[in-house]
Amino acid sequence: MPIYLPIAELPVNLFLILGLGITVGFISGMFGVGGGFLMTPLLILTGIPPAVAVATVPSHMAASSLAGAISYWRKKQVDVGLALVLLSGGIVGTASGVWIFSLLRRAGQLDLVVNLSYVILLGIVGGLMLTESVQAILRARRGEPAIVRRPGTHAWFHGLPLKLRFRQSRIYVSAMPVTAIGFSVGLLGALMGVGGGFLLIPALIYLLRVPTTVAVGTSLLLTLVTMLIATVLHALENRTVDVVLAFALMTGGVLGAQFGARAGQAMRAEQLRLLLSVLVLAVGVRVAIDLLTPPADAFSVIATEVFE
Amino acid sequence: MMRRGLIVLAIAAAFAAVPASAAERLVVTLSTHRVLIQSNFTGADLVLFGSIDNIDPDVMERGGYDVVVSVRGPKRSFITRHKARLLGIWVNTESREFVEVPAYLAVSTNRPPANIGATDFLRRLRIGLVNNLLTQRIGADVADVHAQDPFRAGFIRVKTTEGLFREEPNGVTYLGNSLFRTSVPIPGTAPTGTYEVETLLIAAGALVNRETTAIEVVKVGFEAVIAQAARDQRLDYGLGTALLALLTGLFASLVFRRD
Repeated sequence: MPIYLPIAELPVNLFLILGLGITVGFISGMFGVGGGFLMTPLLILTGIPPAVAVATVPSHMAASSLAGAISYWRKKQVDVGLALVLLSGGIVGTASGVWIFSLLRRAGQLDLVVNLSYVILLGIVGGLMLTESVQAILRARRGEPAIVRRPGTHAWFHGLPLKLRFRQSRIYVSAMPVTAIGFSVGLLGALMGVGGGFLLIPALIYLLRVPTTVAVGTSLLLTLVTMLIATVLHALENRTVDVVLAFALMTGGVLGAQFGARAGQAMRAEQLRLLLSVLVLAVGVRVAIDLLTPPADAFSVIATEVFE
Repeated sequence: MMRRGLIVLAIAAAFAAVPASAAERLVVTLSTHRVLIQSNFTGADLVLFGSIDNIDPDVMERGGYDVVVSVRGPKRSFITRHKARLLGIWVNTESREFVEVPAYLAVSTNRPPANIGATDFLRRLRIGLVNNLLTQRIGADVADVHAQDPFRAGFIRVKTTEGLFREEPNGVTYLGNSLFRTSVPIPGTAPTGTYEVETLLIAAGALVNRETTAIEVVKVGFEAVIAQAARDQRLDYGLGTALLALLTGLFASLVFRRD
């Protein structure tokens, strides 16, 4: 069933868009990531102009993550304090990311930097998570107890001042590394046009040692807030938010997120991490292949943005 | 008596309209002049009919008239990038900006442009995709370059693959000696704006007559309201989209609530 998108200015198959929303929503509900790192490239692949895809995906992520966040909230698996401290760094990071974004766009190398950061970041994050989760699963197979947390071990940043207690996360840590994580995630998220959940969750789990479910719940709340802000900013700055596309995506997204959240809560934490790492790696490899294989046509054409 | 007088007057008027030189007249009509974009829009197929009045028998003996129908869409600017291999990976190395060029371009002729006239004639009258003006930014200037330029050729190729540029060397069909038709397909991805339709009548490599008309592609109803809000009420539009996301998420969690 074709439907015309008034801002993207082209007809798309409504069922294809709903299907994309459901699929990415499922993944986003299951792992607590926004799904932007999947949805943005997929939309561009279906012919949606990149400017519209990047500006519209945040509203879909907001809808999916609200539905997910509520379900984690009911289970008291959202750490609001942690989210607020992360957000303070995240806002500064996002602003810096947007600034670097425009610098690179003027230099004409935005695509390259975005693609390379996809490959490097997804490769590192996916690889680390894969190794760790496979080890955890093997340990569980051998019947050894899972190493959830090591109370005795202290990373260097535990010596920093401004210590705060985050009750839900059961951690007592300085605000500085938390803000730094928020800043990095905001910076890379804005630069790559993604929410950054796939960076934030591993950072919370492995660096701050937040329990997996609380990390997911907190990441959902943070994604919700940043994506709502991003939607309004894109509407103000770029005017490329397509509300028809957004509504189709979010309708599919919230449906998929419900089922994804159930599937995720039914699984063991290390299996969930293994699946997410495989997914992250797969996207990274896909981008790497694109960079390494000769394009079908060496020439590409994009419309220059209209500035008044 | 009155009636016969009117007929005589009408005949006299018809003769008066034809100049003494008895030049061929070109009459062109389109199936529609307004393409309306609604939520179910997937493209439109327009038909152009034309008739040549006052045919010159000498021209018919020497092979007949050639007809060129060019449709030039609204002007937009584009960046064409060229990828090359650098340290093993494919990166955009060079780019050119095409300034104020037609975002849609369709050229239909009754036979391949190369057979219609000399190269400089085709270039001057912009007959065929390669002979249309595709101005690039060169330093501080904006100018068109020669047809063999790889960026120009690449731009035409990409736009043709997208269905926005098309050349139909046998797109104009004659229905008898003086009547012809061609189709003007407007794809779903067509930009909104005014499309200039130019019909050229050519005999033995020389321009005989020319007729221009226009098509307007506009968003109407809901699509128009949304497009205008995104442009003119940006904050409200952004807040509205954000609110829609919140309501959708909230609605879903209420509907699917398990406990």
